[in-house]
Amino acid sequence: MAAAAAAGTLTGTVFNVQRASFHDGPGIRTTVFLKGCPLRCPWCHNPEGMSAAPEVLVSEMRCLHCGSCVAACPRPGGPLAAGSALGSAGCKACRHCADACPSGAREIAGRAWSVGEVLGEVLRDRLTYEESGGGVTFSGGEPLAQAEFLVACLDACREAGLHTAVDTCGFAGPAVVTEVAQRADLLLWDLKVLDRDRHLALTGAPLQPILENLAVAAGSGVPIWLRIPVIPGINDDEGTIRAAAHLAAATPSVRRVSLLPYHRTAAGKRTRLGRESAMAETPPPTEERMRALGVLFQETGIETTIGG
Amino acid sequence: MNARTEKLRQESLDAIPTICSERAELMTEFYRENLGRWSPPVMRARAFRFLCERKTIWIGEGELIVGERGPRPKAVPTYPELTCHSLEDLHILDTRPLTWYRVTPQCLDAYEKTVIPYWRGRSLRDRMFDLLPAEWHAAYQAGVFTEFMEQRAPGHTVLDDKIYRKGMLDFKTDIARALAALDYASDPTAPDRREQLVAMDIACDTLILFAERHAALADKLAAETADPLRRSELERIAAVCRHVPAHAPRNLHEALQYYWFCHLGVITELNGWDAFNPGHLDQHLLPFYRKGLSDGTLTPEAARELLECFFVKFNNHPAPPKVGVTAAESGTYTDFANINIGGLLADGSDGSNEVSHLLLDIVDEMHLLQPSSNVQVSRKTPDALLKRALRVVRKGYGFPSLFNADVVVEEQLRQGKTLEDARAGGCSGCVEVGAFGKEAYILTGYFNLPKVLEVTLHDGVDPRTGVRLGPATGDAATFATFEDLFRAFELQLRHHIDVKIRGNQVIERLYAAEMPAPFLSVLTDDCITKGRDYNAGGARYNNTFIQAVGIGTITDSLAAIRRLVFEEKALSLTEVIAALDADFAGTETLRARLVNRMPKYGNDDDAADDLMLRVFDTAFHCIDGRPTAKGGTYRLEMLPTTCHIYFGSVCGATPDGRRATLPLSEGISPVQGADRRGPTAVFCSAAKMDHVKTGGTLLNMKFSPAILAGDEGIDRLAHLVRSYFRSDGHHVQFNVVSADTLRTAKADPEAHRGLIVRVAGYSDYFCDLSEALQDEIITRTEHAGF
Repeated sequence: MAAAAAAGTLTGTVFNVQRASFHDGPGIRTTVFLKGCPLRCPWCHNPEGMSAAPEVLVSEMRCLHCGSCVAACPRPGGPLAAGSALGSAGCKACRHCADACPSGAREIAGRAWSVGEVLGEVLRDRLTYEESGGGVTFSGGEPLAQAEFLVACLDACREAGLHTAVDTCGFAGPAVVTEVAQRADLLLWDLKVLDRDRHLALTGAPLQPILENLAVAAGSGVPIWLRIPVIPGINDDEGTIRAAAHLAAATPSVRRVSLLPYHRTAAGKRTRLGRESAMAETPPPTEERMRALGVLFQETGIETTIGG
Repeated sequence: MNARTEKLRQESLDAIPTICSERAELMTEFYRENLGRWSPPVMRARAFRFLCERKTIWIGEGELIVGERGPRPKAVPTYPELTCHSLEDLHILDTRPLTWYRVTPQCLDAYEKTVIPYWRGRSLRDRMFDLLPAEWHAAYQAGVFTEFMEQRAPGHTVLDDKIYRKGMLDFKTDIARALAALDYASDPTAPDRREQLVAMDIACDTLILFAERHAALADKLAAETADPLRRSELERIAAVCRHVPAHAPRNLHEALQYYWFCHLGVITELNGWDAFNPGHLDQHLLPFYRKGLSDGTLTPEAARELLECFFVKFNNHPAPPKVGVTAAESGTYTDFANINIGGLLADGSDGSNEVSHLLLDIVDEMHLLQPSSNVQVSRKTPDALLKRALRVVRKGYGFPSLFNADVVVEEQLRQGKTLEDARAGGCSGCVEVGAFGKEAYILTGYFNLPKVLEVTLHDGVDPRTGVRLGPATGDAATFATFEDLFRAFELQLRHHIDVKIRGNQVIERLYAAEMPAPFLSVLTDDCITKGRDYNAGGARYNNTFIQAVGIGTITDSLAAIRRLVFEEKALSLTEVIAALDADFAGTETLRARLVNRMPKYGNDDDAADDLMLRVFDTAFHCIDGRPTAKGGTYRLEMLPTTCHIYFGSVCGATPDGRRATLPLSEGISPVQGADRRGPTAVFCSAAKMDHVKTGGTLLNMKFSPAILAGDEGIDRLAHLVRSYFRSDGHHVQFNVVSADTLRTAKADPEAHRGLIVRVAGYSDYFCDLSEALQDEIITRTEHAGF
C-alpha cells in the first residue's frame, strides 16, 4: 500500500504527451513519451528523447531575436545554447528563458511528471479509447529506461481500466522486461538491424540482449507487435527484412508486424537541438519498396502493415 | 446518374443566377389595386394566388419533377413588400465579384418605373427601420449584431410527414371544421381567426391551381413533342400534377412532386430564411419506395432517377439576393434546405432505412451545392450508415454534416416539447434544431461576443467610431481584479442583448400583424386549429434564437488578459488596450506572446475552457427563457454562417493576438490555428459547453485526406464522432482537403471551380468565397497525422 501511495507522487521525465495518436497501437491512443534512451540511432524520429536530462531546443526560424530569454536568465553567460542539458554549465534549471520566450522558439524538452499527473492527462480521452478500442502507449526515448516510473504508470492505468502498450527498443535488464511484460497489454517492439556488428555500430548497443529480452517477453504471453523502421541504405535490404520475418515467425507472441517508412520530420528537431542531421540526404523509402518488403512477411502468416 | 439526370445536373450548374422582376411587378400591380380591401392575412393569401395564377410556368426538357420559383432555373424573384432593392442595390448585385446575380436592363427599368416608386417607404424593411430605436441602429451599425428578418421573412422551418398523408383538399376540410367551430359570441378573437382561416383556405386552393397550371403546360408540351417517350413522361407529369397536391400522394413520384409544390409555395409566398426543407426525407419516402418495389410500379433505378431530378430542383434555387450587412453575414447562394438522413422515429427506434443509403449515394454522386444534407446519428444508428456517410465526407465536399440525434431530442425536451415531437424533429439550416412541421424556430440575428468585450475595454464606447454603445461600466484602469473586468463585460453583454431583443419585439410584431404567411401556416401545426398565423405564434412551438459568434476569440482574449495582466502581472490592462488600439504596432513581441504562450480554447486546457463556459453561461442566462412578442421564447445558438468574417471586420485587434479586422473564430470551433493538441482535445474542450441548453452548436474540423485513408481512416473518424457525441456534442462537420490543395485553388480558381468546402453550416464553392474566408479556411487547423 505504501508503494501504491508513493507511486502517485513518483515522477519521471516526460517530453511529450501526444493525444489522438493513430499509429502507436490499436484504436485512438494517447502516447506518453519518456525521456532518455540507451541507443543512439542516427535515424531516430525523436532525437529530443535520447538524452535523459531535459534539453534546450531553439527554433531559429521562430526566434524573434527580442532578447526576452536573455533578460529572463539569471545565468551570467545568458541562456544555454540549443542542445545543452538543462542545469549544465551553471544553468539554474529555472526555465525562465523558455517561459519568457514569446514565440515558443525556445523550449525545454522534458520535465518531471508525477504518475498522478500522467494518469490525469491520459484519462481525458477515455471516451475515445472506449469507442475506438484504444488506450495509452508509453514510448520514448526508451520507456524501460525509467522502469520504476513506467511500472507505476502501467499499474495506475490498469487500475483505471485503460489498455496499455509499451513501445520499446528492448534494450534493458531482463527483470525490467519481465516486469513490464506482466503489466502491459501490448508490447510494440522495435527492430532495427539483425546483424550483431552493424547493430552495435549503428545504434551503439549490442543486439544480443535485445533478442534475449524478446524471448523473455514472448514467454510471458503478452502480445507483441514488431515494428521495423525501414531506412534506405540501413535496413531496407531483403536480407535484413527476411531475417526479421524469420524472427517474427519464430517468436510465438508476435501478432503483427509494422513496417514504418523512415521520414525526415526529425530533421527539424535535430536543428533545434543544434545538431547536424547525419542522415539529411537519406530519402524516405518509396511506396513500392515498402510494399515489396511487406510481401516478404507473407509466409509468416502474421498480419503485416505499412505504417503504424 | 443516368443521361437525363447528368444533363439536368449540368444545366443546373451552368444556369446563370439572375434577378427577375416578374414577382416584384405582379406584387406591385396587386398591392396598387387592392391595398385596404381585405385584412392582412386575406390580402397575403390573395397576393399569393395572384402570383401563382400569373407567374411564368417552366417545365424543362427532360424534367420529371417540375416547377420553378422564377420563370426559369436560377431566375430569382424579389420580395419588394419586404425589401425594396434600390437601383444601386441591383447594380451591386450585378457587379459584385462573389454571389452575383445578373440584372437585365428590363429588370432595372421595371424597378425604376414601377417597383421602387410604389414600395419605397412602404416595404416592411423601410418601416421597420423607422420604428427601431436609435440604440438598435447604433449597435447594428457598429456590428454588435445582425438581423435576419430585415430583408427576409421568418422561415427556418421544416416539413414533417403530414403532406404524405393529406392533400390540400384534406387541409381545406380541416380549415372548414375550424371555421365551423368558431364561437363568435364568446371568443373575441373569433373574427381575427376567421380571417386567418379564410386566408389559409385560399392558400390551399392556390397550390392546387398552381399545380393545374403545370399540368396544363405538360399537356401542351406533350401535344407538341415528336418524341413518344417524352410525350408519355409529360402525360405522366400532367397526371401527377392533377392528383397532388389536391390529394395525398400514392407513389414516390407524387410524393416528391407534392413536396416540391409545397416548397415552391412557401418560397413564393415569402422569402423565408431558410427556404424550406423536407426534413426526414428517407423516413417520409420509405412507404412509397417499398410499396413501389413490391407492387412492381417502381424499380430502384427509377427511384434514384426521380430523387436525382428532385435534388436538381433545389440547386436551381439560389437564395434570394441579400444586400448590405445581411449579404456579409451570409454570403452564399445556398438557401439552406438541409435534408435529414437517419435519426429516430417518433417511437424512439432507429429511423434509418434503405432510402437513407440511397440518399447518401445520390449526395455522393451529384455533390450539388443544394440541397445540403446531414446524417442524424443516434446511439441506435448502425455503424454502416455512419461509415457510408463518412465515405462521402472523405471526398471533401464538406457534407453530409453529422448531428447527435439523441442530443437533438434532449435539447427539444428541455424546451418543453413532447418526446414524440422532439424525435420527429431534427436539424435545418446550418445546425438549428426544431420540431418539424410544428414549430416556428426563428433566427433573429448573429451576436458579436468579442465586440462586446471591445466595448467593455473602452468603457462602453466603440473605439472604431467613438460612438457610445453601452453604459459606462468603468475605465479599464480601475479594474483591480479579473472579476471586475468580467462583471463589466456581463453588464455590457446584458445591455446589448436587451437592445437586440427590444428591436426584435418590434420586428416580430410587424411580421405578426402585417406579413402573415397563410400557406406556410397550412403546413405548420397548430396554425389551423388555433386559427393563428405562423408569424403570429400559430405554431405549436415558437422559439426565437440569437446566434452567438466568436466564443473562441473571446475565450482566448479573456484567458490572455487573466493570465498576463492579473496573474503574471506582466503588464497593465491599459497597456494591453493601448497595444490593441494600435493594432500591435510596435508591440509585436507582445502579440507573439499572446498568440503563442497564452491558454487557448480547443486544447482541453481548463485555464481557457473555464472562461468559455463562463461566457457561454452568461450569454445563456441573458437570453434563454425570455418571452418573444408572439408568445414564444428566446434561446441561444452557437453558429456563424459567414458572419464571423463580417464581425471580425468591425472589431479591432483582440487580446488573443488577432489583428484588427481579421475573422473571428467560427461556431464553437477554436480560433483558427489555436488548437494544437489534436482532434480529441478540441472535442473535449467543445464538450465542456452544455450543448443541451442550446438550439444548435457548430463545430468545424479539417482533416488532411491522408489521415482518413482506407477503412482504418473511416473507422477512426467514426470513433471520433461517436466519442464526441457520447459527450453530448451537438454537431460536427469536416473539411477533408489539404491546405496545399486550397492554396492551389486560391491561386488558380479557374482550375478549381468545382471544389466544394465546408464553410459553416453549409458547403460552398471555394472559389466563390471571399479571399478573407478562403484564407480563414486554409488557416483552420489541418489535423494531419499524429
